[in-house]
Amino acid sequence: MFFRLILREFKAQKMRMALTIGAVVWGTVSITLLLAFGEGLQRQMIKGTRGLGDHIVIMGGGQTGKPFAGLPQGRRIRLSMDDMQLLRDAFPELASVTAEYNTWAAALGYKKNAYSKLLSGVTPAFGDMRSHFPQAGGRFLNELDERYKRRVVFLGDKLALSVFGSSNPVGEVVTIDGKPFTVIGVMQKKQQNSMYSGPDNDKMTIPASTFQAMFGYRYVNRIIYKAQPGIETEKLEPRVTAFFAGKFRYDPQDERAIWFWDVGENERVMRMVFLGVNGFMFFIGAMTLLISGVGIANIMYVAVRERTREIGTKMALGGERKHIIIQFLVEALGIAFCGGALGILACFGIIKLLALLPPEAFSDMFGVPEITWLWTLLTVIILTLIGFFSGYFPARRAASVNPVEALRYE
Amino acid sequence: MNGNGNGRLIDLKNINKVYESGHVRVHALRDINLQISRGEFLTLVGPSGSGKSTLMNILGCLDTPSEGEYHLSGEEVGKLTIHQLASIRNRKIGFVFQNFNLLSYATAFENCEVPLIFGGVRKEERRLRITKYLSQVGLAERMDHLPTELSGGEMQRVAIARALVNHPDLILADEPTGNLDSNSGRGIIELFEQLNAEGVTVIMITHDSNVAANARRLIHIADGRITA
Repeated sequence: MFFRLILREFKAQKMRMALTIGAVVWGTVSITLLLAFGEGLQRQMIKGTRGLGDHIVIMGGGQTGKPFAGLPQGRRIRLSMDDMQLLRDAFPELASVTAEYNTWAAALGYKKNAYSKLLSGVTPAFGDMRSHFPQAGGRFLNELDERYKRRVVFLGDKLALSVFGSSNPVGEVVTIDGKPFTVIGVMQKKQQNSMYSGPDNDKMTIPASTFQAMFGYRYVNRIIYKAQPGIETEKLEPRVTAFFAGKFRYDPQDERAIWFWDVGENERVMRMVFLGVNGFMFFIGAMTLLISGVGIANIMYVAVRERTREIGTKMALGGERKHIIIQFLVEALGIAFCGGALGILACFGIIKLLALLPPEAFSDMFGVPEITWLWTLLTVIILTLIGFFSGYFPARRAASVNPVEALRYE
Repeated sequence: MNGNGNGRLIDLKNINKVYESGHVRVHALRDINLQISRGEFLTLVGPSGSGKSTLMNILGCLDTPSEGEYHLSGEEVGKLTIHQLASIRNRKIGFVFQNFNLLSYATAFENCEVPLIFGGVRKEERRLRITKYLSQVGLAERMDHLPTELSGGEMQRVAIARALVNHPDLILADEPTGNLDSNSGRGIIELFEQLNAEGVTVIMITHDSNVAANARRLIHIADGRITA
């Protein structure tokens, strides 16, 4: 009966009904699609952040920001492999710690070609922390490589492609700074937005002990740590600064002595920014929907006028205000939900179509748009509110008619 | 049906109704005194504008008198709230209109369901009652038909079944045969007589002189007064 009721209204006001449902569909599509794209982009960005490392903190020696104990300001602080071990031993809150040496001065050679790429010397924990996951058939550096200073190298996927083309590099021998190295693994392709010294896919990585033996560096370029789950990294930073103050003799409060890059914090900030952006998009979409609510109200006012006799009849049969009001409310909500359902379906269709595009064309850049439950729920709430208010005022007018006059109405 | 008792059902005392719109005052009813007992069949006649529809509206609790008292089965209607009036219309009065006033989008069954839903009757009980009364008016086979699929006489029968489902004290019929051919009209009048024989109180407005000629109790109204 309910569908016949709506259908009758559709027949009575074809054009107006089509336009109004069209407006609700349009509003719902815009709100849902905007949010789906926002969500997809957010996930892509966070995935990109995690390409650098999932909730890692990168730190390194800076310059003292204030004079301390007779020592001048601007003194260079440099961290070593020993400091990495001190840090690991002193802070049980840390799940894993690694350190990294870098040099640009060691070219990779293969056959007659040479490639000048960044060379990193790292401890084995680096692989998981910095998302250097090996492709099938290879592996990352391990403890034995580190202990025996093995001449083994792990290659970024882009670098491997430019050196070896399509053939399998694992087991091949290359030279680094003229010395032979065996390729033990190639990195899996990953999304990386945050980086230092270029993207990881174009770097080569060897054991820190091997690096140290070859180049004799005293200081590491950076230490990377990841806290245990539940530990707030921003509270850890001043403690780490204070921890090294005694050894390097700087003010424990000196925030410039050691720099920190909290990658997890980046992710939090990004989430906040996206929440703001999505909220704004939701607001714009809700405004579009609001205008379609005016259309619904218009239809309902016409319906109230055309159904005056029917309202009178219902009152004669004992119908009360609430019965009359509920009928119009339900109808307005029905129109809002019809349009909303069509709109959400249309969005699923559009997203399915986008998925047919090659990833380079769209999804590598903007991510995969995703319709989330939360935003859909909010959209449904907005639709409900709009349906309610656009039905309520016409319904109130309907309920206030005089039954005697309504029954006489032609 | 409550019509079997011998008591007074309706008591109108000095009813006056005045409509005012702007400067114009229309005295639609003047000093109406009328008593109707349970189980009566009363026929109201009078020219257009005589006030019979106004009287019907007051009897049907759709309108209230400007002056006077209206007791319906002992209750003083003028003192009731809008809510109570709606409840009285629902439980005590069954309306039958000249142009049927069926909901065009609802089947015969669903049309009969409307007053029951307003009255808060349970679904199972609704089905039983509607089946009973639609069978009584001879439409058992047409319960699932929409009004557009029914003839005028059949639509009026649906309306009568709808008026009966809440077991009212009183059926108010406002020119129920006015839009029907004489054959269907006769059938409707016979149906009312049959219902009245079963104890239902019926008040009917008519223009049909044949119907009026056979009326058991006939009331004439002219210029807002009962003339005979």
